[in-house]
Amino acid sequence: MLKVNNIEVVYSDVILVLRGVTLEVGDGQIVSLLGANGAGKSTTLKAISGLLHSQQGEVTRGSIEFDGQRIDNLTPDDIVQLGIVQVLEGRPLFEHLTVEDNLRTGALFRGVSNAQLKQDLDEVYHFFPRLLEFRNRTSGYLSGGEQQMVVIGRALMAKPKLMLLDEPSLGLAPLLVQNIFRIIEQINAESGVSMLIVEQNANVALQTATYGYVMENGRVVLDGSAEALANNADIKEFYLGIGAGGERKSYRDVKHYKRRKRWLG
Amino acid sequence: MNWILVPQQFMTGILNGGTLALIALGIVLIYKSSEVFNFAHGHMVMLGAFLVWFFAGGTSQEASGMPFALPFGVAVVAAITVAVLVGLAIERFTLRPMTGQPLLAIILVTLGLAQLLEGTTTLLFGTQPKGFPSPIDSSSVITIEVPPINGQSIVFLDRIILKQVLVVTFIVAIIAAVIFILFFRFTRAGLRMRATSENHELARSVGIKVPRVFGMSWAIAGIIATIGGILLAMVSGVSINLATVALVAFPAILLGGLESFGGAILGGLIVGLVAEMVKASTVIQVRNSAEIAPYVLILIVLIIRPEGLFGRKRIERV
Ligand SMILES: Nc1ncnc2c1ncn2[C@@H]1O[C@H](COP(=O)(O)OP(=O)(O)OP(=O)(O)O)[C@@H](O)[C@H]1O
Ligand SMILES: [Mg+2]
Repeated sequence: MLKVNNIEVVYSDVILVLRGVTLEVGDGQIVSLLGANGAGKSTTLKAISGLLHSQQGEVTRGSIEFDGQRIDNLTPDDIVQLGIVQVLEGRPLFEHLTVEDNLRTGALFRGVSNAQLKQDLDEVYHFFPRLLEFRNRTSGYLSGGEQQMVVIGRALMAKPKLMLLDEPSLGLAPLLVQNIFRIIEQINAESGVSMLIVEQNANVALQTATYGYVMENGRVVLDGSAEALANNADIKEFYLGIGAGGERKSYRDVKHYKRRKRWLG
Repeated sequence: MNWILVPQQFMTGILNGGTLALIALGIVLIYKSSEVFNFAHGHMVMLGAFLVWFFAGGTSQEASGMPFALPFGVAVVAAITVAVLVGLAIERFTLRPMTGQPLLAIILVTLGLAQLLEGTTTLLFGTQPKGFPSPIDSSSVITIEVPPINGQSIVFLDRIILKQVLVVTFIVAIIAAVIFILFFRFTRAGLRMRATSENHELARSVGIKVPRVFGMSWAIAGIIATIGGILLAMVSGVSINLATVALVAFPAILLGGLESFGGAILGGLIVGLVAEMVKASTVIQVRNSAEIAPYVLILIVLIIRPEGLFGRKRIERV
């Protein structure tokens, strides 16, 4: 459904951030995109959702296709209309709006009837029963986990075909991370929404996804089934924190550095 | 303080404040949606008053030689239509091209816009003040008798005299303000505007057409300004000076907090009140004290509460 073909992204006409990213998300699939800080993961998602334009960013090479249609020159609202919705990094909310108003903003562009809107809200509350309880609260005062539920719920209100999630686990306690990913799986299974999930937490991401990509310095350096990635020695060392012999290793280790370089080359 | 004058000044002050409150609302609307402080709002108010005067064909003495002579209500609708178009044009042709520029540059554009509106109005309608074809006779008054208590007058001459036109403008202003706030609070277009006012990037990410929301804000600001202009003109006639009169909305906004509609309304009433109360006091012997008073009040309020009376505090969880 989504095909990103060898894209290059430049910010402010001079800062080259993506140097050839290729990836694919199939119908109903959960794909995860891993990588260190600054690798270009968020930039990749914004290139897909069209949000780059408002940050002086531009796709200067390659193409992005969704359901066979070129989308790399469309505006964010056109792209949402096609069924791609991005959940931004840091789970930003409309802080002064209530939980339910936040959810309703997600459906605004669809222009549906009040009855339909009510039904869609109920569906979100089905996935996040907690939010029903808090529906009339000012969203800015919710806890981090609850806020994550609101932003995912708001994305669901768009009835998307593909959801782009940017670091849903950021700053959440381990138990809550498990909980959120469980719900992501449930949404995927029950509503058939495809997911492209950017994560630092490779562990949980590779448990949930069926396929994964690893980015370094604006390039995809590795990809494979989630299982293969989880068993890959480099991934184990750099993202899962498990050394080859079971003990943890230091980044200063020379051999390490060489192996790391091989990726970048 | 001349206490026996106070009840009269109090009522007049509040009534004057109604129109200010409505005008302030228009500025807050633009500020909330786009963080632009619109220095041209006073001029949109003035333009609105001129437009109604123009479409109504002036007063009966001026009528000869005017291209239109529409009934007052129709003239208002025509003026509001033009104001909406002007609002949309301002957003589309002067502010949208500035997207991404520093905020200060955009705010300076609104100052330029104020000059442009003033120049255009002078060019089209001349510099002479005009009479306003007001549907209400500005000399009729409502008298409230206040009998003395124990033979002691508590109100000057035992009566409060309210100009009928002030009562009407107050009621219209408050009704317009309430309609606007209900619209903002309870409609989908209102939700779009509330969302956009909080976070443009986020609004974009949920598929809201942000430029369209800005356009809509300016169109509504045009409507509010025109109604405000009509109300001012009913009291004091049509002239270029209306823009300056409308400037008194600035202290009202700073007082209420730039981002609060409720604050703007209350700020308007307070400023109206303070200006009149000063007239009842001995301070009136200081030249222009009634005009200066609201600013003194702001200084005091802002020292105590820098975000204004109702300004939004940043939400910070602990
Ligand atoms: N608007 C911008 N203008 C210029 N450079 C930018 C802009 N946004 C991001 N960058 C740069 O692009 C690079 C990639 O940023 P990006 O946010 O895509 O990384 P990321 O992989 O999401 O990192 P993180 O895990 O820290 O979120 C960084 O070096 C960043 O400084
Ligand atoms: Mg990121």
